[in-house]
Formats: sequence, structure tokens, C-alpha cells
Amino acid sequence: MALERDKHTAQRALLTLHEAQLLELYRRMVLIRQFEEKTAEMYARGKITGFCHLYAGEEAVAVGAIYALYDKDYVVSTYREHGHCLAKGADPKVVMAELFGKVTGISKGRGGSMHLFDQDLRFMGGYAIVGGGLPIATGLGLSVQYNEGPEVVCCFFGDGALPQGAFHESLNMASLWKLPVVFVCENNFYGMGTLVQNAICQEELYRFAQPYKMPGVRVDGMDVLEVYGATMEAVARAREGDGPSLIEAVTYRFRGHSMSDPVEYRSKREERIWQERDPIKNLRRKLTVERHVAEGRLGEIEAEVARQIDDAVKFADESPEPSVEELGKGVYAGS
Amino acid sequence: MELTYIKAINSALHEEMQRDENVFVMGEDVGELGGAFKATEGLLEAFGEERVIDTPISEALIIGAGIGAAVLGMRPVLEMQFADFISCAFDQIVNSAATLRYRHGGRAQCPIVVRAPSGAGIHGALFHSQNPEAWFTRVPGLKVVAPATAYDAKGLLKSAIRDNNPVIYFEHKRLYRSVKENLPEGDFTVPIGVAELRKEGADLSVITYGGTLAPALDAAKIVEKEDRLSVEVLDLRTLLPLDREAILATARKTGKVLIVHEDRLTGGIGGEVAAIICEHAFEYLDAPVRRLAALDTHTAFSPPLEEVILPNTNKIVDAIRNLAAY
Repeated sequence: MALERDKHTAQRALLTLHEAQLLELYRRMVLIRQFEEKTAEMYARGKITGFCHLYAGEEAVAVGAIYALYDKDYVVSTYREHGHCLAKGADPKVVMAELFGKVTGISKGRGGSMHLFDQDLRFMGGYAIVGGGLPIATGLGLSVQYNEGPEVVCCFFGDGALPQGAFHESLNMASLWKLPVVFVCENNFYGMGTLVQNAICQEELYRFAQPYKMPGVRVDGMDVLEVYGATMEAVARAREGDGPSLIEAVTYRFRGHSMSDPVEYRSKREERIWQERDPIKNLRRKLTVERHVAEGRLGEIEAEVARQIDDAVKFADESPEPSVEELGKGVYAGS
Repeated sequence: MELTYIKAINSALHEEMQRDENVFVMGEDVGELGGAFKATEGLLEAFGEERVIDTPISEALIIGAGIGAAVLGMRPVLEMQFADFISCAFDQIVNSAATLRYRHGGRAQCPIVVRAPSGAGIHGALFHSQNPEAWFTRVPGLKVVAPATAYDAKGLLKSAIRDNNPVIYFEHKRLYRSVKENLPEGDFTVPIGVAELRKEGADLSVITYGGTLAPALDAAKIVEKEDRLSVEVLDLRTLLPLDREAILATARKTGKVLIVHEDRLTGGIGGEVAAIICEHAFEYLDAPVRRLAALDTHTAFSPPLEEVILPNTNKIVDAIRNLAAY
């Protein structure tokens, strides 16, 4: 069981991936970043209301892990799931419309920011109860195994989920039954405002893999290539029928827990240190220095994404509200 | 063929697993042991360990994994060893399963069945006697059933398995071996959402379900003989959605309604039934709607105390006489 971080994973990925693939990783991270920045702007303008948790800073985790999957593989997520949903291929238009509460949204405006769900994309839901998605991911794995399917389930959750019983119940069962699940823990150091070492007795979270007899690895969650490389190994293992793995991606959210969090529990110095490790700048540097990608090519991608985000906002803004006649629909099957 | 209530459950599981290979059962000791109450006896031998899955003691996981399997087209029947343990899985039922379809804008479904052995009267004390149906009867997206007869136990379980929504199936432990009846051969179902008139009457209605149906029918016989009272008995069978038409029909017919359940009085489904009657049949009533339920306290172990806490035939007889005299 490889419990030690393989420091060459990222470098290997940088050298072996085609330029188009690397640019796709870059594009996806930029898409999430710009989407989240625009979301914050729309929130400030009152276009988006309610509870809203942004993913800026953590892009490398969703993008790196999901890029290691096939389209047919499943993703289960948390309430900070805009990034996972976009990385899985959701149209930014329908995600933005959902945040606006519009009928054209991915859940027809019924779920909002915390409950994105699209079974066609095999994005099996953001779960707004901490740890709530893990048993469901385990069940998806059970179904895949029963049907002898080739799919893998990738389950994201935060450090805050580890003290939940559902985490332990799920890892135990997934390991016992050798289910094809990759558990990806996004350790951003804070469960809302509580520092991870004040919440969990074992702050090296990947070590929870050991008692559940599965490989566990800690990766740099600010490096999309390292996340990608580690997830590739875990996915291969799951697809071979060798069971689940636990990946701890150490990352940082650039904003507060939610839009209403003034982030008084973190020092400006700490935030600056992490901002210097920005996953997008990180990949940009590697692409330009080590793969000699022209700055202009990256600029084109950013401009293209910006247009896409503007279109998404326009679409969301111009879409109709759900009609009251539709209120009861979708509560029960057949409705 | 004469079957007990528990054998009726077992036979429904056998037949549904035979009919549809997407049906599987999962829970604590449901396989080799055949379940704590033997509801799943013989399934492992018949269908193998892929479809009869013994789990660790992890209720949240049992339900959550069931949801994950169901959304991909499986039809899991998930056993909570005792209904009391369902509290460990509350989040998965109420937050995950009940909302799944709605969260997906009506484009996904979650056909799970949660079997929950409930009820007191077997000296199980506080954590093995509860009737927690009212925790769920106010949750949109769920269906809740509580059969009182072997026929309904089988027919409602089959309907629950075939239903495309999450169904909580409360089976009363005291009825497992005390209730038996001749069941027809072959496939039959009992529709969810439809109450059953167990006895026609003219003077007064008793509305009940589950563990208190038999004592209510006994009480009706006693007052018929001793007091010449003609009592109608309505078995709700489904608690969500309630059969409002059947409730209102009997209330309008007799003008006097006694609601009886083994769940506690406060917050029990009886309050909702009473409200429906008061809102929609007030002008037909000749007396206030009355409720007889378990006392608002914990289920004590001491047999004499348990007797005081729970409704029984004598208490129902007294309540009927009081209401008739109003």
C-alpha cells in the first residue's frame, strides 16, 4: 500500500500528457475560477441569494480527479460542488441558471447552489449534509459491482466529513466488499471555521485509509497534475476490481466558507502564502516554462471562457422563474 | 394457504425477487441468519449472497447504499433490524432519499423499500418498542405504510417494492406470529394510499392501523354484544398519503370518530386524521373527534407499566362507550 506521496507523479503527467490535454486541464480550472468569481459578483448584486459556497482555490482537485475518469464514471459531491459539476461537463449556463433559481437550471431551480444533480452527466448530486454523499457513492459502487459494470465512482468530501459516522461506515463497507469507489478528501484545513487539528485527532487524513485496509495517499491539491496522477492510479485499481482508495488532496479555499463568512479565523499572511500557490498560476508556469506553451494561447482560453461565462449569466438572467403550477411536480415518481 | 404475518412478508420477498432480478435485500443478519425475526429466511439459499447482503451494523450506510443502488435502477429492500434503529439512518431517508427526485428536477427516482419492525407489547422496552411512523409521515417524497393483516403485509410489500418512490414499510413485531390467515395463491398486491373498511357500522367509527386493528375489532364486537352499538372500523393501511376520502366517508356516515394508534398521542398521525375530519366534515359531527394512543412517555420495560402505557381492547371499549354516550 503506497502510503507515501509519489513526488514524481506530477512531473510524469506533465511530460506524458499531450499539449491538448494539458490545455484542457487549464481550461477547466479557468472555467471554474471565472464561474466562481462571476457567482460572487452576482451574489453581491442580489441576483443569487441563499447559501453559496465557492470553490475558488480548490480547482485542481475537481479538475485533476475528474480528468482521470471516463464520462461514464460517476461523481458524488458536496455542497461546494459548482466546480465538480462543471468539471464533469455541465453547461455553465444551466449551473448558473440553477444558482439564479430559474426553471432552466440543472434542477429546474428547485435545488439551488447546494443540490446540483444531473444523472445524464453521471453527476450524482451535491449533498448538503456533511458526509451525506459517502453512503450513496458506496451504493453506486455496489450497483456497478452487481451489474459487473466497468464504471468507477469518485466521491468528493471535505475534511469536515471525517468525524461523521457516514465516513467510517462507508469506507468500511467499500473496503469489505472491494467496491469501485475512489474517495477524494478535499482537506482545506477548515470545517467552516474550525481548524482541522481541532476537529480530528489524526490530522494526516490519508492515514484513515490504513485501518480500512485501502491505499491512502496525500497529494498536493494545488497541483492539478499530481491530483490527476494519483487519481489515475486509484481509478485503475477500482476498475480492476481491487477496491477503493482514499486520496487526501491538501488544498485551500480562497474565499470564506460561504458568501456570508468574513473569514476572521485565518490570517492574511496565511491566505497570501496559499494564493501564491494558486493552482491555475501553478499550471500556467509549468506549461509556459516546461512545455513552452505560448502565453497567448493561454490568454485565448481565458478570453473564450470569459465569453462563455458572460453567456451563462445572460442565459440565467433572462430565463423565467419556475411557475407555481409546477410546484408539486417531481416530489413523487410519476409527477 | 394459511400464512402468518411474518411468512407473508417472507413470501412477498421470495416472489418479488423471483419476478425481478433488480430486487435485492440488504441489512444486518438478513442472509445466513435469515433476519432477527426470520423475515428473510431462505432468501440466501434461493438467491445467493449477491442479492441477499449481510451488512455491518451501519444503518446510515444501509440506507445510503440502497439509495445509490436504487438511483441506478436496482430495487433494494433494506431492513432496519428494529424500527427504533432507523434514527441512525434518518438523514439518509429524510434528506437524501425523500428529496432525490425533486433535487433532480423530477428526472430521477429512488425506489427503495425500508422495512422497519416496529411496535410494543413484547417487553422490548425503550429502544425496541417504538412506533416511529410519524417521524416520516410529514416528509414529502416518502410513502409510509403499516399493514395490520397477513394479506396486507404481503400485498403492501409487493406494492412497495414495485413503487418508484421510497417507501417506509412498518411491520408490527407483535403481529409476526399472532396474526395468520388464508392467503390466495399467486400474485396479488394491495394498493398504497387506500384504506380498508374492516367492519361496517352505523353509530360510531374507529379509525386505526397496524398493531391496534385487532384490539379495535375485538372492542367493536364487545360493545356490539354488550351495548348494542354498531361500530365501523376503518384500517388506514397507508399513513402517507392518507386516504382522505375513506376517512371523511366514515366520519360523515357515523358522525362520531375515535382514532386509535399505538404511536404516542402527541404528534401521532391521529392528530392529522382528526384535523382532516374537523376541517372537512365538521357539520356531520355529533361529538368531538377523540383519540386513544400510547401515553406521551417512554415505553417502560415493566410489564404492568407497559400495559398502562399502551392502548388495548379494554381501553378501546371504554373510549367507545364514552364517545357513544356523548
